Amino acid sequence: MAEEKENMIVVKELVKKFGNFVANDHLTFEVGKGEVFGFLGANGAGKTTAIRILCGLSYPTSGLVNVAGFDIYTERENIKRNIGYMSQRFSLYDDLTVYENIRFYAGIYGLSRNEIRERADILMQKLNLDEARNKLIRDIPLGWKQKLAFSVAIIHDPRIVFLDEPTGGVDPITRRNFWNLIFEASRNGITVFVTTHYMDEAEYCDRVSIMVDGRIVAMDKPAMLKEQYGVVNMNEVFLKLARVK
Amino acid sequence: MQAVSIEVKNVVKRYKHIVALADLSFTVSKGEIFGFIGPDGAGKTTLFRILTTVLLADSGEALVEGLDVVRDYKKIRKLVGYMPGRFSLYMDLTVEENLTFYATIFGSDIKQNYHLIKDIYSQIERFKDRRAGQLSGGMKQKLALSCALIHKPSVLFLDEPTTGVDAVSRMEFWEMLRRLRESGITIVVSTPYMDEAGLCDRIALIQNGHIMKIDKPEGIISNYPHRLYSVKTDDIYRLLTDLKEYPGAGSVQAFGQSAHLAFTEDLPDRSHLSAYLEQRGHRHIGIEKTEPNIEDCFIDLMVTPGVDG
Repeated sequence: MAEEKENMIVVKELVKKFGNFVANDHLTFEVGKGEVFGFLGANGAGKTTAIRILCGLSYPTSGLVNVAGFDIYTERENIKRNIGYMSQRFSLYDDLTVYENIRFYAGIYGLSRNEIRERADILMQKLNLDEARNKLIRDIPLGWKQKLAFSVAIIHDPRIVFLDEPTGGVDPITRRNFWNLIFEASRNGITVFVTTHYMDEAEYCDRVSIMVDGRIVAMDKPAMLKEQYGVVNMNEVFLKLARVK
Repeated sequence: MQAVSIEVKNVVKRYKHIVALADLSFTVSKGEIFGFIGPDGAGKTTLFRILTTVLLADSGEALVEGLDVVRDYKKIRKLVGYMPGRFSLYMDLTVEENLTFYATIFGSDIKQNYHLIKDIYSQIERFKDRRAGQLSGGMKQKLALSCALIHKPSVLFLDEPTTGVDAVSRMEFWEMLRRLRESGITIVVSTPYMDEAGLCDRIALIQNGHIMKIDKPEGIISNYPHRLYSVKTDDIYRLLTDLKEYPGAGSVQAFGQSAHLAFTEDLPDRSHLSAYLEQRGHRHIGIEKTEPNIEDCFIDLMVTPGVDG
């Protein structure tokens, strides 16, 4: 991937406290345009707290956060218009049709009626879903669902898409196809910010950060981390860093 | 041959027109860790619910510790511990109250079988006055396991105990299971994480209600029908496409920063493959022979004709 210097996420000394509890402890990192950035950490390490802040859903206690060129304190609405979000839980509505789901999400992301119609058509053609247009989501195969869920998360051409454990519980082939969609989005200049518990997926990322107890304890290309810790895979890097006791 | 703990014969379960379990048959020996490995929707939960007597099969027969899941359901319920996918804890009860509750409904108390859960429960005991709803995911998982064990079951059913749990907690959980096995408990566990397969004594690979294969993890791996190269270059995305076009190439799958390239016949010459990739503009080419892992086997079985999918 070509090195581009334009940063889509800039975080400096981000602190988030809940009472006495420090959920995010002076986080500092940048994510470049088109980069696939893996945001890793144990349960309870503070990932969700940080993602909520980056998506404009919660304020930091202190620190500088800039997402897609907008300031988190003063321009949250602009941030929300320029990001996409998808998680395992937050997926498609089973009892709506393919077309209704597209229309629903496009509407939420603020597209106009004309834009929605236009993009829904393009999208269904691209995904070969034309014939499934009026089928309920619960009646289409898992692989289609996943493509569609990802596509609606970027239907408004966001600069960044946040993926929160997008592949949990899916079969190995579907999981790999999903990563092809991620690579494609990245090649089209969309920045991908992804969390996962699959450590082989961590290796698909351009760079990863690993959080432990609210702090980022490592951040680099997967190959560099493996070399630094003298191990053969990211799982072992993760175990070395995140295993307490 | 060891004594049998679970015997399932031709079990079928349908939900309207969807076949959740298509004619499953298998046996689990006493004291083994038996894993059902498969994605969401494979039928794992349906099967566990039938074996723990909370759901009836449409047809077929299932015995747990020699007892029939339909006729002897009351006896089976006393014998088994069940940890459902969504931990069945009472979120507004404290840690200790949850444990006491589960012990009491089985006519036991915490003291009686404390030795069984000590290893696990001691890790969360200092939070015993905290409400379950306020525990982290990893701690909830430990409490739920303690609750499923407190009446000293003969068979323990764990439905996706590690889903959504980080790699460190997953490893610790498996270490607990292996220690538990030494107390003679039969453990039936399901997981979508293929890398956990190697931690079971035997596994069933399950997809769309079918068991594709049952064996020891080593057995499944040694029956993998192809030979594999692990290939690495500076551009994994392009590498996957280019490898698929290599003459004689079978399946091409990404594994981290490498790709596994399968050949049904003998592996081609390494230098030939290397030259091919160089010609297509790849740099930093690395090619090594590699052994398949469970995920390679699972993928191969998924695409093999003859298995419905």
